[in-house]
Amino acid sequence: MALLNYFPDWLLVHGPGFLMALPLLMAAVTALLPNKRIGWISTFIVTAILTVTAFGIALYNIEVGTFIYKMGGWAPPHGISLYIDALNAPLVLLVALMAFITVIYALPATIAEIKPNKRAPFYAAFLLCIAGLLGMVVTGDAFNVFVFLEVSSISTYTLVAMGAARDRRALSAAYNYLILGSIGATFFVIGIGFLYMETGTLNMADMARILADLDGGSRVAKVAFGFIIIGLGLKLAMFPLHTWLPGAYAHSPTPVTAFLASTATKAALYLLLRFTFFVFDPSFAYVADVLMFVLVGLGVIGMLFASLTAIFQTDVRRMLAFSSVAQVGYMLLGIGIATTASVAAGYLHILNHAIIKGGLFLALGAMWYRFGITRMEDFRGLGKTMPLTMGAFTISGLSLIGVPFTAGFVSKINLAGAAADAGWWWAVGVIMLTSILALVYIGRLLLIAYFQSPPEVDGAVVKRNEAPLAMLIPIWTLAILSIVIGIESDLIVEASVRAAELLLGAG
Amino acid sequence: MSAPDPKMTESELPHAYAARDPHVLLRVISKFLIPLIAIFGFYVHFHGEYSAGGGFQAGVILAASVILYALIFGLDEAKRAFPPWLIRVGMSLGVLLYGGTGVVSFLKGGEFLNYSVLNENAISGQHYGIIAIELGVLCAVTSVMIAIFYAFGSRQPETSDEDW
Amino acid sequence: MAELFAQYNYVIVIILMMTGLYTIFASRNLIKKLAGLSVFQTSVFLLYITISKIKGGQPPILLEDKKYGYDEDGYALLDGPISVAAGDASYILPGPGSDVIYSNPLPHVLILTAIVVGVATLAIGLALVVRIREVYHTIEEDEIEAADFIYNLEGTAD
Repeated sequence: MALLNYFPDWLLVHGPGFLMALPLLMAAVTALLPNKRIGWISTFIVTAILTVTAFGIALYNIEVGTFIYKMGGWAPPHGISLYIDALNAPLVLLVALMAFITVIYALPATIAEIKPNKRAPFYAAFLLCIAGLLGMVVTGDAFNVFVFLEVSSISTYTLVAMGAARDRRALSAAYNYLILGSIGATFFVIGIGFLYMETGTLNMADMARILADLDGGSRVAKVAFGFIIIGLGLKLAMFPLHTWLPGAYAHSPTPVTAFLASTATKAALYLLLRFTFFVFDPSFAYVADVLMFVLVGLGVIGMLFASLTAIFQTDVRRMLAFSSVAQVGYMLLGIGIATTASVAAGYLHILNHAIIKGGLFLALGAMWYRFGITRMEDFRGLGKTMPLTMGAFTISGLSLIGVPFTAGFVSKINLAGAAADAGWWWAVGVIMLTSILALVYIGRLLLIAYFQSPPEVDGAVVKRNEAPLAMLIPIWTLAILSIVIGIESDLIVEASVRAAELLLGAG
Repeated sequence: MSAPDPKMTESELPHAYAARDPHVLLRVISKFLIPLIAIFGFYVHFHGEYSAGGGFQAGVILAASVILYALIFGLDEAKRAFPPWLIRVGMSLGVLLYGGTGVVSFLKGGEFLNYSVLNENAISGQHYGIIAIELGVLCAVTSVMIAIFYAFGSRQPETSDEDW
Repeated sequence: MAELFAQYNYVIVIILMMTGLYTIFASRNLIKKLAGLSVFQTSVFLLYITISKIKGGQPPILLEDKKYGYDEDGYALLDGPISVAAGDASYILPGPGSDVIYSNPLPHVLILTAIVVGVATLAIGLALVVRIREVYHTIEEDEIEAADFIYNLEGTAD
């Protein structure tokens, strides 16, 4: 494609290294900047450059193929290599794009939510979080994954705690997240240690080769797999390990919630895919068992339980957070069925759900910005008072339910189709059932917003008060993206099928 | 600690200090120890090439000398010697030194952090690279350890000691 | 039983790991939980260090010793070396066949990183506890939950 010619050669040679070095270094610079708008400007420029770079890398991956970047010039398996293939190229683009969109939104949001003397540290932590997420997605070294996982997690704890300016519960939410997140990361690193004992290497491709030679390896490899699944399960909010998520999403600053919901758990899910299908292989008996019983089982229980819990929430952000846990269940179901079609559908849902939930949380943040809305009842008359924001919220909400011509429909129909092809008819039933539950909790909000009149303050009906343009643009970008994917889904479906074929082999 | 009465004779002065300050022994010994700890930190740093050592360990040792100073002479004195803004700059500077080495290797046409391109001779290039990197690590670790100490030390408990 | 004593280092790792995890889940005091987390992480450091130890192994530092010899470019000459390419140059590491046994340096380096991560996590955790104490005037989890009970029930911000 001619599009690739527009990117400088240098970017296509050093792109992956640049992707993680730039936000890391700019975080250090941003921390020193004075607390004016300049912190936002530097973050904005960095994320814009990252998005362009990520786009170039994704294109390169489609046009040329797997991209292996030798950090420090040390060749793999001894050195750390960055490894970009069909599985992580879309996620690199997703993280960079969501960061860019969130940063536009963050300009008015931080002014409302973050104390002036904390804004430069906020952006520094935000950049660190981006660096960590990009790093853990691009790296091909198992221990490096842990390091970047912790870089992103530790900066996330601080970002969540910064929500204390508007709600003190952000502090205890951040604390719970810290305890559980650290346990998860430590479990993960124990797993890596056992894998290193078994294989003597840290390079993921090399590990995969040695494990395949050993035909799954000894008991040490099995223990390693267990630890890695539990560690990642904590990070990606797999059903019984999700308890940190609702608090962290409900009380952090609104841009952070949107960014976390759309990228953090997704990056952990990517790692789950990478480890179960790439490093280990579903042809090993123990991996197949875990996929079949643990991931599918917990995924389905999580879908049902979290959807039911979401219905009974009064706080809207908490409701959407429980819905996120339910959506993670869909992805785990797709991964657990372990056919090419189902993994592709699970992967597709990772991408789509990031766009949908990002849009929902951003719209919700704009509503808080104007009217301080947190509860269900507060939605009264929002269809009249904030028609544009509520419109985007409606589109993203319908997409979450899975209404035709939206992104959510594409991934759900793919997932249901894959489950049916594999003969898992009960799973199709569960998908239908949880979609109806989603209709209940989203529909309730929409009913309140459109069919109840706006509340009266001091005897006068609240007037129309739309969100500022810097918020509307990101919100509508995501809403439109969700419709575009719903109508013209070929490109993204193709990307997910390529990822699944890479993991499972064609066919 | 206020200054002793100026009318005292010179021979009385040390006793006056001792009477007012029960920690004089600690002060004298730590005045002797702190430079030694700092020098040992630098030794660990620069000897890291030949034995166990390097920026991480040296940074912690250097920070320990500052923290000891703060413990003995008070946080305010330590903040006068190492002001918090300097610590903040030091944290970023360390990261930038580390990353800057990577950027230089980018500019010289190598991969990120490929020290071999830093000089014509790859071996001395590796040498330069690791020295710059370790300096960055030293800078960052020292500043971060002191910053953590300052952050916790300068929090005033708003309740009295009995409540604890 | 004798096996357990022979592999006492792994036994210690397991004891530390379980102590740490139990402390995290059993105690309701925020500081004690962090202490448990630290113990838990420390057990992992020990696990890594223990796998890198080789009986009779030397510190993995190449000394400028005549025993190894150097060629004219300054490369160490060893029996059976592993050569590692970096950029245009190649470096020679001691490997199988050389008469010196080295401890594996890699896990040590990894654990150095993990220790730094642990310190950062602990610092952030303690900072959060300080802030929580300033806001709630307690560091007992039950009392914090009780203080927030009404907010959680109504779903409002305070």
